[in-house]
Amino acid sequence: MFKLSSEGEAFVQKELKRYETKRSAIIPCLYKVQEENDGWVSPEAVEYLSGLMDLPSAWINEVLKFYTMFNQKPIGKLHVQVCCNISCAMNGGRELANHLNKEFNIKDGEISADGNVTISRAECLGSCGTAPMMQVNDNYYEDLTPESAVKTIKGLM
Amino acid sequence: METKILSEHYDKPSFKTLKGYKELSGYEDLAKALKMDPKKIIEDVKAAGLRGRGGAGFPTGVKWGFLPDNGEPRYLLCNADEGEPGTFKDRLMMEAAPHQLIEGMIISAFAIGSKKSYIYIRGEYNSCIRSMTKALEEAYADGLLGKNIMGSGFDHDMDVYVGAGAYICGEETAMISSLEGLKGQPKLKPPFPAIEGYLKKPTIVNNVESLAAVKYIIRDGVEGYRKYGTEKSAGTKLFSVSGNVTKPGNYEIPLGMSMKELIMDIAGGMKPGRKLKAVIPGGSSTPILTAEEALKVNMDYESMAELGTFLGSGAVIVIDDSNCMVDLLGVLMHFYHHESCGQCTPCREGTGWLNKLVHSILKGEAKMKDLELINGISNHMMGKTICALSDAAAMPALSFLKKFRDEFEYYIKEGRSKVKGVSYAEVNH
Repeated sequence: MFKLSSEGEAFVQKELKRYETKRSAIIPCLYKVQEENDGWVSPEAVEYLSGLMDLPSAWINEVLKFYTMFNQKPIGKLHVQVCCNISCAMNGGRELANHLNKEFNIKDGEISADGNVTISRAECLGSCGTAPMMQVNDNYYEDLTPESAVKTIKGLM
Repeated sequence: METKILSEHYDKPSFKTLKGYKELSGYEDLAKALKMDPKKIIEDVKAAGLRGRGGAGFPTGVKWGFLPDNGEPRYLLCNADEGEPGTFKDRLMMEAAPHQLIEGMIISAFAIGSKKSYIYIRGEYNSCIRSMTKALEEAYADGLLGKNIMGSGFDHDMDVYVGAGAYICGEETAMISSLEGLKGQPKLKPPFPAIEGYLKKPTIVNNVESLAAVKYIIRDGVEGYRKYGTEKSAGTKLFSVSGNVTKPGNYEIPLGMSMKELIMDIAGGMKPGRKLKAVIPGGSSTPILTAEEALKVNMDYESMAELGTFLGSGAVIVIDDSNCMVDLLGVLMHFYHHESCGQCTPCREGTGWLNKLVHSILKGEAKMKDLELINGISNHMMGKTICALSDAAAMPALSFLKKFRDEFEYYIKEGRSKVKGVSYAEVNH
């Protein structure tokens, strides 16, 4: 049964009072759940959050399913998102993603056998002048080559 | 030549801190503004000719003027959801100069009589979320936010709101939906946000760069601000140059400079042995220019309009002769299909069809008549939906096809790219 830590629950209470309406707290609270649930939001975590926030689970699911940064299934410890939009595509972004698929032996969205890595192709991350790039969890890595990207990911394991 | 007004101190790490910012005259323009009549500030922003730097180019002061005078609380919302492919200027502004944005926002809030503002930052921009959050803490601790700012009697609270991954939330009414805790779907206009916005209260949504620029209108005055730019496109603007140039990056230039100078001189020109083929002038939604058009156009709203395109967000995507235009359109159509919020039929279905059709060409499965289908669908997507995402998908499709039709015909006939000589069937978009 999923439950937030006491700090997590305190965070939720604070967010519920932070905005003009409680509903605005759904995004920040989903981030907190995801952070404490190994990087994804499970259906039971939604029910739990619904009880904690005293908001309908339909409202929480609506937000969870609309935004790409919430993961609805388990994910590797390192979420590697390679930008494949236009400026990155022109500078080897797609080839970089293909290289990482091979290197870690996973397709997009899968988890590597050791549980460490998930690779996805992302839309524009606002790093077009430093293409190709990837986001690993919260941080950007720019001006990459296939080799430097692999080295970076392995260094984070 | 670059003209650094907004970006003058972006290379100084100390500029990120309140102390360093104040040492470089930070918050002096706020002190000046708080002694002015708020109505005069709005008039000055109108007279200075500042136009929205997020993409639409709507005059900022005119937008402010739409607020009803009915005593209701009004909100200021800073659009920091930078997501237009090719754009990375707001990220630089928030990383390098968080207090510049806060100062511009407090001045703007004072002008429009708002006691509460939010900076809506896209969720991926963690470095910006960190820098803005820290700068807000510093500003509160110094009495620059909260009650009775600088002894003026003006109260204002400011907070950061973090998005969660949705291009559409950069559209102002979708951003309002998102801030309200809903799916980020645009709302029907009218009523415009200035009349009925966040929680149905009057709301002004302005881009990061627009709000920061307000500070310099106060500092330099209307005439001083108009020293740069053209009559109808006043001031300087940051341009994000990316793609196949030698020195990609953000460059601040006076509006009206030639695109040729921006690309060939400031951004270092093309890579050795490569020729300019095309330029997407203002972010991926804006109609593409051929090399010939790009080399004669100026970087201002009117010059772009004359060529049927837009200055947009200032994202200049430079494309050289090694690129296959069918491939690049495939990348863009995948993007718009992925980002359609699904609310309006022409957009939801149209972006799906365009994506499928362009990819059927890339797979060698298309027929020549499919090009007319792309044109037909695109035309049915223009001006028929709640927001502009549908148009934003149709415009690149129509312009790529019009200006580079030979590459599309060749691909369909031969089953491979005219430029690359191979098929993209294996390339995963």
